[in-house]
Amino acid sequence: MGKIRKGAPYLILMVLSLPLLLLYAWLFIGAFSPRTHGLIPEGFTLSNWRFLFAPWGNRPSIWVAALNSTLLAGGYTVVLLLVSSTAAYALSRLSFRGRRFFLMLVLILHAFPSITLLIAIFYVLRALRLYDTLIGVALVKTALELPLGIWVMKGFFDNVSWDIEMAALIDGCSRLQAWRRVMIPMVRPGIAALAVFAFVLGWNEFLLPYIYMPSSRNWTLSVFIRSVTAGGAGEILFVNYGVIAAAGLFYVLPVLLFFLFTQRYLLQIYAGGVKG
Amino acid sequence: MRQMERELEMAKRGREFSLPLLRIRPRVSKQGVAALLFLSPAALIVLLFFVAPVLLTFWISLTNMSVATLGRTELIGFSNYLRILRSPYTSRILQNTLLYVSATLTFNVGMGLILALLTTHIEERVGVLFRALWLLPRITPSVVYALLWTWATAPAPFGTLNQVLGPLGLPSHNWLTTQPWGVIILANGFVGASLGMIIFTSAIKAIPPDYIMAAQVDGATTWQIIRRIILPLIRWPIMFVTAYQTLSLLASFEYILLLTEGGPGFYRTEVWALYAYHQALSNYFGNVQFGFGAALAAVLVAIGVVASVIYLRVFRFQQMMGEPKIEGV
Repeated sequence: MGKIRKGAPYLILMVLSLPLLLLYAWLFIGAFSPRTHGLIPEGFTLSNWRFLFAPWGNRPSIWVAALNSTLLAGGYTVVLLLVSSTAAYALSRLSFRGRRFFLMLVLILHAFPSITLLIAIFYVLRALRLYDTLIGVALVKTALELPLGIWVMKGFFDNVSWDIEMAALIDGCSRLQAWRRVMIPMVRPGIAALAVFAFVLGWNEFLLPYIYMPSSRNWTLSVFIRSVTAGGAGEILFVNYGVIAAAGLFYVLPVLLFFLFTQRYLLQIYAGGVKG
Repeated sequence: MRQMERELEMAKRGREFSLPLLRIRPRVSKQGVAALLFLSPAALIVLLFFVAPVLLTFWISLTNMSVATLGRTELIGFSNYLRILRSPYTSRILQNTLLYVSATLTFNVGMGLILALLTTHIEERVGVLFRALWLLPRITPSVVYALLWTWATAPAPFGTLNQVLGPLGLPSHNWLTTQPWGVIILANGFVGASLGMIIFTSAIKAIPPDYIMAAQVDGATTWQIIRRIILPLIRWPIMFVTAYQTLSLLASFEYILLLTEGGPGFYRTEVWALYAYHQALSNYFGNVQFGFGAALAAVLVAIGVVASVIYLRVFRFQQMMGEPKIEGV
């Protein structure tokens, strides 16, 4: 009886998690076999991976899409880190009129479902002549993650001892110098956490490039793969799903490897983004 | 005189900086300049991509802007809103949205709670492993994640689900066509459950172990401990996750777009946010109607603004907004 009681939670967790394991198992099995019946492969092949070297229909090379994904994720991460760490510093360390208002705004925007603004942002991008450009999409992505970024960074700045900054200021540093030379090094773990989190989000992003960067030279990996799977269930039998599985694995593998090493950081943001 | 008041004020707040040697007076103007410098990039972005779009959404919703009228857009008052009220599809969309939000929310919070309780109950190393596994869908690109479900629910002999159910005597389905809602809710739920799981886990870990040990000494069963001690103590996190996810589910449509595009058939799984997107941004039906789509989005924007302001009050975020400790320099 005691053994059963001890084993029960493990068993329940296994059963609940089984669908997840099966879902992801197919990606790995499917990518290396000509066809699968459920999870049972019909032999082994590497030919699913030929898209790495040869064109896939009239699509641009998948490496172009991979480069675009990297540029989008990397570019927006850098901008997000800069903008949120300056704003968070001001909100955490400076006393000024409108501080309360700005803090409240950040919190409201944090809860606000910004995806509802997609239609209007389309016009903003058109007006700024940034429609169908990587910079435009990177800016929108920065904006959507900014409330979380500011809030997370503010949490890290709040935890830095006042004496350190005070000493720097008394030694004649300006606020900007104190921020760059003293504060930024102190919140390096926070910057790392936010960077990991932001990069993964940017790499995965689908809707923004799909809507705001339609030209195929701008395709990211998400839009590329969507162009192959768009037929959905109806076409599933007519498409070679081994190739699609391989492409999907190609896309998700960097994230999975990244996740293995940076899980700690991601958890920090997910738990901290709410606690403040 | 004011100088003295300030020093008194500082002394009251217990700042070491009020020592005579390090007398540092607040110079509001200089701090204001610094704040302006540090905040202006963020302010500009918020202005361009939050404030302007909110206003634009409402403005476009009052016009007849569409592909047909692009050159000669006119203000047409509340006609688009009246059209929403009169449209025969509105009730269908509304029902779909309610089903989607309530079912997914129930799964998310329920499963999040179960996972948090179980993974904190077992050995920590194994618990961490399971929590990492459940985080996978959240960090998987939505396009790939939708692909996994499309394949798993494909008709026999290809789909994994049919392969598992076949031996049990169940007939083969293309589940995405026959049970689109079931697939959508589960696919969304397996992503959404992890938020609750993480937040509840840290809340449960914060409960002093004495509480639970005392109950065990008194002979309480595991179920009683969960029901009487753990659940009441993590009431706020549960409410927070519920409130937060209600709002984000209401506005979300990405996985539905990827899995069914609102089909199969006519608006079978079309939710409000997807409907707005289809009307305003997708050429699905040939004639894109920005005005009407913006009116649909404006309803969600209004709900979003009101709800997030209420959340701010209810969850007492003000407590997190204490004044900064450095006044001077």
